[in-house]
Amino acid sequence: MTPLLTVDDLRVSFPTRTGKVEAVRGVSFTLGRERLAIVGESGSGKSQTGRAIMGLTSPSAEIRAKKLAFGETDLLTMSARQRRDLRGKRLAMILQDPKYSLNPVMTIGRQIIETLKTHESVGRSEARARVLSMLEAVQIRDPERVFDLYPHEVSGGMGQRAMIAMMLICGPELLIADEPTSALDVTVQLEVLSILDKLVADRGMGLIFISHDLRLVSTFCDRVLVMYAGRVVEELSSANLHEAQHPYTQGLLNCLPQIGADRHPLPVLERKPEWAL
Amino acid sequence: MTTTALSVRDMLVVYEDFAALNRVSLDVQHQESFGIVGESGSGKSTLLRAISGLSAFQEGSLTVDSRNFNGRKRDREFYRTVQMVFQDPYGSLHPRQTVDRLLLEPLAIHGFDNVDARIARALDEVGLGSGFRFRYSHQLSGGQRQRIAIARALIVEPKILLLDEPTSALDASIQAEILNLLEQARRDRSLTFVMVSHDLGVISHMCERLAVMKSGEIVEILPADALEKRQFSADYTRQLLVASEGFRRD
Repeated sequence: MTPLLTVDDLRVSFPTRTGKVEAVRGVSFTLGRERLAIVGESGSGKSQTGRAIMGLTSPSAEIRAKKLAFGETDLLTMSARQRRDLRGKRLAMILQDPKYSLNPVMTIGRQIIETLKTHESVGRSEARARVLSMLEAVQIRDPERVFDLYPHEVSGGMGQRAMIAMMLICGPELLIADEPTSALDVTVQLEVLSILDKLVADRGMGLIFISHDLRLVSTFCDRVLVMYAGRVVEELSSANLHEAQHPYTQGLLNCLPQIGADRHPLPVLERKPEWAL
Repeated sequence: MTTTALSVRDMLVVYEDFAALNRVSLDVQHQESFGIVGESGSGKSTLLRAISGLSAFQEGSLTVDSRNFNGRKRDREFYRTVQMVFQDPYGSLHPRQTVDRLLLEPLAIHGFDNVDARIARALDEVGLGSGFRFRYSHQLSGGQRQRIAIARALIVEPKILLLDEPTSALDASIQAEILNLLEQARRDRSLTFVMVSHDLGVISHMCERLAVMKSGEIVEILPADALEKRQFSADYTRQLLVASEGFRRD
């Protein structure tokens, strides 16, 4: 069976005044209908990997890969138009902060309808009904009211649920979530995660969860890719996180303050230049 | 004997009809590290801003180093004693000033002498060499900026440091470095900390006592080791603790 997504030797580079900077340097993985986490610090290339799969990399960047395929379709040779048809319909992405990623001058309901109408020809009343039932699915208690609200009128957790509703309305096969809960409060984070978890499981989607929080993703995903300086330094199953071999993964795990662990000073990561080779 | 460094009594902060702080009282002892946790909108940052004079409080009293303050008027002496470090290292440094200018300003305001040596020493203390002295903040990483913000607060030799989510904009690995730096500074200078964070792990690592806040009120005040032993009474504290342990599939 063909995997949902095949990434082989993906490279993303940006031209700068001082020469080419490679943000992603040879990332390879395949994804089935599972939950995969990509973890790393800022600048590790985790978001650029997600964006390259979505086709949202800045036009000035150069993307190369031996293979970048979504099911049977080759993403590298696709035209921008075909890419656009795919995005939102079969591939979807949730971004970090609902404050910046929702359209501020459109009501939440209209934005979700816009996504739906771009990909499917549906009548007005059917579209409304589908959006309302989707808002209900992300556990928004009063969907009729939220439908007519603007993004600034809802809380961060509510905004992120609306975002999830918008991304899932067309029933995508692969969802990329780029730090979907980092801008939210700890208690709200878990609510949003459990909604996401349930929807992904019910619909049998593949999920790529991009985050800097190794502990959080290990409780949420099946498999973890740890990235450093544009490369995957280690791949682990979440259950075996404590068996991490690479010093960078161990460092990431150890540097978090924990309740009940009296460690003063905290161990810090000592970055070795050879990790980036 | 321990003495009170900072005391807040029945502090009330009202915006129009909304009570952002609803009669909050707490005492922080000299050389203590006191934590405040809560989610956004719980009033934890409002409390720090009202203490530092960035926003006014309408009722209640504030005593710092046995001196009383009210409203939002603070004198220069107050800022010699109390300094603040903010959450967003990208927003709290002047973009058109070099590190040198940034550190010179508080020294000039408070009439310090020997400024050259003090700036050099401040940079040294936060682990940045003199090579950083004539850079602009946009030439620094987030962690380096937060180090500069800490240097700027420490350079006037305060006794109390107010820390508003000092590491939540940083990567986990950089967070560990900044927390270690803050602990070192507290030990070396016998500082008093009041630290706000939404992260229970960070607060229990850094603080001896903590207050849990919700909807503008303090739910409970407890010693940090009570978290580990689960000796707390408020249900909200339990919710925060469960949330900090990560996602669980049920």
